[in-house]
Amino acid sequence: MKILVCIKQVPDMESPFRPNGSATWFDESDLAFRMNEYDEYAVEEAVRLKEQLGGEPEITVLSIGPDRVIEAIKKALAIGCDRAVHILEPEVASREPWQIASIIAAYARDKQFDLLFTGMQSQDRGSAQVGVLVAELLGIPSTTTLVGFAWADGVVTATRELEGGVKGKVRLRTPALVTCQLGLNSPRYPTLPNIMKARKKEITTLQAGELSSEKPLTGSAAFRHPEKKGSGVVLEGSVDELVEKVLVILKDKTAVLR
Amino acid sequence: MKLLLVGEYREGRLLDITAELMGFAAAIGGEASLFLVGSAEEVPAFNGTLYLVDAKVYGEYNPEVHKQLLLKAVQEENPDLVVFVHSSYGWDLAPRLAASLKVAQVSEVIGFAGNAYEVGCCNAKMHRNVTPLTSKAVITIQAGAFPALQEGGTPVVKVLSTDVASTTEFVGYEPAEARDVNLAKAEIVVSAGRGIGKKENIEVIRSLAKAFGGELGASRPVVDAGWIDHGHQVGSTGQTVTPKLYVACGISGSIQHLAGMKKSGFILAINKDKDAPIGEVADVLVVADLLQFVPALTAKLS
Ligand SMILES: Cc1cc2nc3c(=O)[nH]c(=O)nc-3n(C[C@H](O)[C@H](O)[C@H](O)COP(=O)(O)OP(=O)(O)OC[C@H]3O[C@@H](n4cnc5c(N)ncnc54)[C@H](O)[C@@H]3O)c2cc1C
Repeated sequence: MKILVCIKQVPDMESPFRPNGSATWFDESDLAFRMNEYDEYAVEEAVRLKEQLGGEPEITVLSIGPDRVIEAIKKALAIGCDRAVHILEPEVASREPWQIASIIAAYARDKQFDLLFTGMQSQDRGSAQVGVLVAELLGIPSTTTLVGFAWADGVVTATRELEGGVKGKVRLRTPALVTCQLGLNSPRYPTLPNIMKARKKEITTLQAGELSSEKPLTGSAAFRHPEKKGSGVVLEGSVDELVEKVLVILKDKTAVLR
Repeated sequence: MKLLLVGEYREGRLLDITAELMGFAAAIGGEASLFLVGSAEEVPAFNGTLYLVDAKVYGEYNPEVHKQLLLKAVQEENPDLVVFVHSSYGWDLAPRLAASLKVAQVSEVIGFAGNAYEVGCCNAKMHRNVTPLTSKAVITIQAGAFPALQEGGTPVVKVLSTDVASTTEFVGYEPAEARDVNLAKAEIVVSAGRGIGKKENIEVIRSLAKAFGGELGASRPVVDAGWIDHGHQVGSTGQTVTPKLYVACGISGSIQHLAGMKKSGFILAINKDKDAPIGEVADVLVVADLLQFVPALTAKLS
């Protein structure tokens, strides 16, 4: 069995964001990057399936972006992916979902992957499009928002998270693509021996432009802090002052303090 | 502008969210038609064309089948914009349609100006404008972003059918788990977010909840990490709460969390990040390390 896991590297969401020169996206300088949270579940699920099948499947992890994404790739290798493909794209920030999906599909097209795992969305763009677009471009079935996954005899049984706590169970025959939701599993931390072992794993570098030259279907502008709508107050200062101020406000504005 | 709205129907019921599509259509202006895999017995009231597919024949959501049926409606209607709700149905189906038509998709729209759509990004901390570069486009609108509208009227019904083979098999639904914690009735809810850092620190938040005489809530990562059980989760996939006082400790304020608590009477947020989007809805945002502030507040209250 051949498995592809697609991961993205995103900034730490607690970082202070500033627009880049054209305000199409954020300025990357001073940001710390990490693996997209949703993709951590995708990597973990793929590795669990490999373990379930006695190590037989070969897992390729793929990431598109500048050299910094190799850090996320190495983490995936240390968790248990076998080999990696780094698709070099220095301008990844200006590539929108259709272009990213086209690059991944162009790479995957002749590789006969049985299963593809992606996160359901990225934490930064949050479009929730790329996984489904890849499957559509490859002409294979897909399902999204997995909180449960099982594989047996070429059939995936997936539990999708719907609204209001309800879940939907679907079956699809491989080759297929699934997108992973938070809570699907408990992603493990890479261990030191596995980090060392991962250093020997192969990372192939490809150029994005050689895989796809699709033009963007959307444009981006006015990346900004949202306009403050509410009338809320922001309090800063020493802890003791803050506690006093909060108690005064709560007594004044709410009926909950007796 | 011609709009084709994609309504939602599940287990024999028209979902309320369909009215938000009507609200969006009214806000943006234009001629709206509706696509629905539903029932002739429960037809939404509006004046326009309803492309209706019989759910009894086609069953619950099936991506390939719904896509083919929707493509038929698009072919007949020739809309400029196809509009979904950003829901488990919308975010699953919209990219399939966009790929088939090879048109732009803009996800989770919260507003518009000219031909640009406003969307959130970076976990709702930032916004940006996304403009389709194709003449037709597909969008999903954020649940709750546009007020629901009961338009009234009687649609002209056109029934659609297909014989396309399905590629996924729907097995069934699992109902929501029974809840042992009822946050909905609580007057005060004090919630722990990922900012608590580790499981043991739940106790810090629990002590504050006790001091207030309130219930303990949590954001999803705290539940996913197994620090507390799902019964405590607040948000779109947890409980919706409307207490007199909601205290958010180390919670960033993602859309999905806000969906469960933004109607609270008074919102107090404690976050070390001044720019955290919880500030959008908080009446008071205390910029502090919760591990210092929360115990100090608890001590004063007890
Ligand atoms: C379909 C779907 C459904 C979802 N449903 C839900 C749901 O029902 N409920 C829900 O909550 N989420 C839900 N989510 C997840 C949601 O998108 C966010 O990932 C989640 O709400 C983030 O939780 P958080 O704010 O606790 O964590 P984070 O976003 O990681 O925020 C942690 C915050 O803590 C602050 N912080 C860190 N350390 C400290 C400190 N020492 N002192 C003070 N502040 C500190 C940080 O500045 C940050 O703002 C859903 C997501 C999807 C895609």
